[in-house]
Amino acid sequence: MDQTANQLQDQFQQRIDLEQKIEPRDWMPEKYRQTLIRQISQHAHSEIIGMLPEGNWITRAPSLKRKAILLAKVQDEAGHGLYLYSAAETLGISRDEMYEQLHSGKAKYSSIFNYPTLSWADMGAIGWLVDGAAILNQVPLCRTSFGPYARAMVRVCKEESFHQRQGFECLLQLSRGSEVQRQMCQDAINRWWWPSLMMFGPKDDESPNSKLSMQWKIKRFSNDELRQKFVDMIAEQIKLLNMVLPDPDLTWNEQTKHYDYGAINWEEFKQVIQGNGPCNKERLEARKKAWTNGDWVREAATVHAAKQAKRKSEAQTFSAKETQ
Amino acid sequence: MLQQSIKSYIQQDLQTQYLLHLADNALILSHRNSQWCGHGPILEQDIALTNIALDQLGQARNLYQYAALLITEKTGIATTEDQLAYLRDVGEFKNCLLAELPNGDWGQTVLRNFLMGSYQFFLYQELQQSAIGQLKAIAEKSIKEITYHVRWSADWVLRLGDGTAESKGRMVQALELLWAYTGEMLEPCDYELPFIATQSSFIKAAWEAKIASVFSEASLVHPTNEWMQSGGKKGIHTEHLGYLLAEMQFLQRAYPGLEW
Ligand SMILES: [Fe+2]
Ligand SMILES: [Fe+2]
Repeated sequence: MDQTANQLQDQFQQRIDLEQKIEPRDWMPEKYRQTLIRQISQHAHSEIIGMLPEGNWITRAPSLKRKAILLAKVQDEAGHGLYLYSAAETLGISRDEMYEQLHSGKAKYSSIFNYPTLSWADMGAIGWLVDGAAILNQVPLCRTSFGPYARAMVRVCKEESFHQRQGFECLLQLSRGSEVQRQMCQDAINRWWWPSLMMFGPKDDESPNSKLSMQWKIKRFSNDELRQKFVDMIAEQIKLLNMVLPDPDLTWNEQTKHYDYGAINWEEFKQVIQGNGPCNKERLEARKKAWTNGDWVREAATVHAAKQAKRKSEAQTFSAKETQ
Repeated sequence: MLQQSIKSYIQQDLQTQYLLHLADNALILSHRNSQWCGHGPILEQDIALTNIALDQLGQARNLYQYAALLITEKTGIATTEDQLAYLRDVGEFKNCLLAELPNGDWGQTVLRNFLMGSYQFFLYQELQQSAIGQLKAIAEKSIKEITYHVRWSADWVLRLGDGTAESKGRMVQALELLWAYTGEMLEPCDYELPFIATQSSFIKAAWEAKIASVFSEASLVHPTNEWMQSGGKKGIHTEHLGYLLAEMQFLQRAYPGLEW
């Protein structure tokens, strides 16, 4: 018995080492399945909760063009949630179960969405920084070992890079605008910079799940590696905006060929994860409210579908009798 | 605020008024539908309704852009879609009252979309024959979208009317609230007459037939009140529109004249 389990385990790892995709029907270690369910559902929840801070501004967008861009963007995020819930479902968990885990607080979502969107410039900063950080996290996931997850991420990544360009373009417009618009732009960058660095997760030496995830090729780069890539990218792009990142320690390091950056406030990160961020309660409440307010709608749709099916089968029986 | 000379021009030009009326209907309805984004009862339906809001926003933009072009040509003052959407006050908006009412629950929202979408469907079908080339082109593009909106909302009216006792009760309530606002769509006012005078009785009959067929399948009966609320087309709105515009126009009003 143990012999077979070990064999399966070895074959599984071999396939991963050969860069073969694991598909839902394939044998997989229970821990691999659970890790993926946790990660994919957490990712799906982040897309859905992520609709809320930006959704705030749909009704206040300052031009019809911006409104259309924002509405389409938030809708894309809903689509990402949908692909990801579907990918997680192939692992044997239902979407309703995942929602329940979210609503009960058992499942987490990206902490970044617990910060408030206070001005229009936040729409630009989120697109540029938050979608930008998401892309760096997600591009390697297009090659992740679990097939359905990898395929979902290919679609998601295409749209995310579009979001990032739109976000940057929104800020660029502000940066070339009036003094008050430039202030709005800088203020948004100030508020979103540090939280977006935290999106890459804890420092490598404090990241408990990383080692196994690397071995299984669910993860391909460490948190700190990705964070560094992000800093390098943004530190260059911000020059085009004529804005500054709110970090006095940010400097180009000729030796490492990377930007050095200041210390992240991990206490804040911990607090936000534990539910003490500025908007944790609102975000979760909004989702729970949408869900409970929809109870009667979903119930009615189910009952109607059953009635329809019954009517159809009765009609068939009837016409079968007629022709007998 | 819109420049006085643009305002005066609009006040005396029926075609611009008509275009603004069509655009305002689309924009205000889009605004209401977009409020559901992120809060829908089913993820797939959240996406579907946002899609509809996007279509309606696109229709509004086509119409505002065309109106802005006409105004620019006639007055010599450069006018944009955003000025028309963001710088007019309540009394200058010409949408039907039905569009601006709050969303209520999901049932009320889908019912409003069905009632108004069906009207827009028959209207735009007629406008596809319009002698005004640009309006004809907008109608041709919009009708494809509206066909889907009507199918989607009719499906929901059916589901909820024929669902549970609760969903049925909610639909009856929604219908009682909204019905009195349907008459305004079907009675053309002065600026509509030059464009749909001969077709308006056909539009009304076609709309009534469409409503009757879906309602009968959904086992819903609409109220029989004779009295209909109206005024929106002439700028006399409900109290709701002021709040809607205050929110929608906030940035343009707080920071006048900037590019975003
Ligand atoms: Fe996304
Ligand atoms: Fe995105």
